[in-house]
Amino acid sequence: MSRIRSAIAALPLPRSSSAITVIVGLIVVWGLFQALNDNFLSPRNLSNLLLQIAVLGTLAIGMVLVLVIGEIDLSVGAIAGVSAATLAIAVTQAGIPAGIAIVIALIAGAVIGVIHGLVITSFGIPSFIVTLAGLLVWQGVQLAIIGKDGQIPIRDEFIRAIASSYAAPAVGWVLAALFVAGFAALRMLRRRRRLRVGLAVAPLARDVASIVFVAVVAGLITWLLNSYFGIPWVFVLVLALLLAMTVLLSATPFGRHMYAIGGNREAARRAGIPVRRVVITVFILISAIAALAGIIEASRQFSASNALGGGTLQLNAIAAAVIGGTSLFGGRGKVYQALLGALVVGSVQNGLDLLGQPAAIKNIATGLILVLAVIIDAIGRRRRLARGAAE
Amino acid sequence: MPVLSTETGVRATAPGPRPTLELRGVSKRYGHVNALTDVDFTVSAGEIVALVGDNGAGKSTLVKAMAGTHRIDGGQILVDGVPVEVATPSDATALGIETVYQDLALCDNLDVTANLFLGRERRRRATPLLDAEGMEARAATIIAELAATLPDLEKPVSALSGGQRQAIAVSRAALWGSRVVLLDEPTAALGVAQTAMVYDLVRRLRDRGLGVVVISHNMADVFAVADRITVLRLGRNAGEFTPMDSTPDRVVAAITGADLPRPEARA
Repeated sequence: MSRIRSAIAALPLPRSSSAITVIVGLIVVWGLFQALNDNFLSPRNLSNLLLQIAVLGTLAIGMVLVLVIGEIDLSVGAIAGVSAATLAIAVTQAGIPAGIAIVIALIAGAVIGVIHGLVITSFGIPSFIVTLAGLLVWQGVQLAIIGKDGQIPIRDEFIRAIASSYAAPAVGWVLAALFVAGFAALRMLRRRRRLRVGLAVAPLARDVASIVFVAVVAGLITWLLNSYFGIPWVFVLVLALLLAMTVLLSATPFGRHMYAIGGNREAARRAGIPVRRVVITVFILISAIAALAGIIEASRQFSASNALGGGTLQLNAIAAAVIGGTSLFGGRGKVYQALLGALVVGSVQNGLDLLGQPAAIKNIATGLILVLAVIIDAIGRRRRLARGAAE
Repeated sequence: MPVLSTETGVRATAPGPRPTLELRGVSKRYGHVNALTDVDFTVSAGEIVALVGDNGAGKSTLVKAMAGTHRIDGGQILVDGVPVEVATPSDATALGIETVYQDLALCDNLDVTANLFLGRERRRRATPLLDAEGMEARAATIIAELAATLPDLEKPVSALSGGQRQAIAVSRAALWGSRVVLLDEPTAALGVAQTAMVYDLVRRLRDRGLGVVVISHNMADVFAVADRITVLRLGRNAGEFTPMDSTPDRVVAAITGADLPRPEARA
């Protein structure tokens, strides 16, 4: 028994209970839908699932950033809508090249973030209110940009390809190999650095086991996706965003300051952290990420419409972040967990689609899973408190 | 940093060591309330000064003036005999003055190392990335030097006991303070054993050559740890004592004003 436990402990599985909860939840959801419909875990459906959660996952990654500093953004869907509309106007009506149009759309998002950040920090208004107002304002702007027709088509080949092209199988294997090599290099580098300054390190076998585990998972995913069309490029894009935000949050002073602000804003201020500047920067980041989500969605739909970014999308993004274990009260949360949360939400919707269930059932199921995730988290937190070791 | 001019130009050379931090004739008003009136205060390197007084006597205001959280309205602050301006907390930290606040100002969600380096994180050479290993090694050293027994440096601070949290806040001050460490009621929320541990830490700060200022209500603790006692009453100096030549009763009398005829009461 203890040998099994130590073997499990050697795997690079998350140590925090919230991450374990979401992984277990994902396994349960996948098992359930596979039992109900054996197409669920087919390469074709899993590939579709990745395409479907690209937008949700992108928004959820951004949402973690604002939640970590103890703020929230209710306007990400509307920002995505404005960005998509800007992109469509630029590329379709103004005839601007795709690359420049994408940059313009991202800047449009970033400008919205500057406005949110300035209003929140200058007047001390809760971000909940500011971004709620932002939701209305930017939805209005989106409608105004798109105009009477209700949508603007996008014919540009490059933009259309973002969400519907795949890496060739060989390219996929190269990407997977690079990912694993990068992970292994970082792991061993960290080990060498710790040894050099005389810090304790885990047994070498544990690092090797971690690397093997990551290699197996990466290989499995690549093999699975290659047996359909290959790795979707948009999935590579989301993973790149995930890696960039993980580095920002966990390996830079800026990320450290974000967690400090979410944990104890007054302590952060007294420690000399420029709280206002960090908050504004985070709102610029999430708005630019929301703009990226808008670009991906426009690519999926081949157009920018009035409805883009509306509906339950942004609520699902918050749900995905929270299901992934990000605290609504700030200071706690990891971006990769948000992607897992998005995978849970996306899997439930995809699975219910396969079973031919209507939108009503999908919304009810997503809501119930959100409540369940928060309840499990609350129980876990109470247990940790009882042990005197709250996270 | 702008330097205030000394009014007298040349200072009379005081006997004994020159104070690391000196306040001369400091005043602070909040609206019509005089929180501090013409207060003098000194602390030298390798000395523990207890700052005592009743509630509202101005202890916290005086510490805030030294920590740079409150700007003084009158008087002078001198560091190593040189007049300085302490207008912001970063002025104070730049002068080597560190403060351990009553609420500790720790981020519970961050680990021990992150709290020790909060706002002053080290980067890897020529990169924007955190030098996680360097900081953890330095944190381990400072905590070992202060002989505080601490668990895992990678544990979040919320998992630690009250005394351990206090030890981290003191260690942070020791890590960055090069002249003076100010402690605001460091043992208010602690049990007997933990209080003893914190005062052990305070003595080690002194032995490292720092000037230490401790605000406390507990006379037994003050007499156990302080080299000198400064009493404030109603925002004014109300006496200087050394534990060896004094008794808790006399200090308490100075705090309450019991041995002094109150001039305003006679008028």
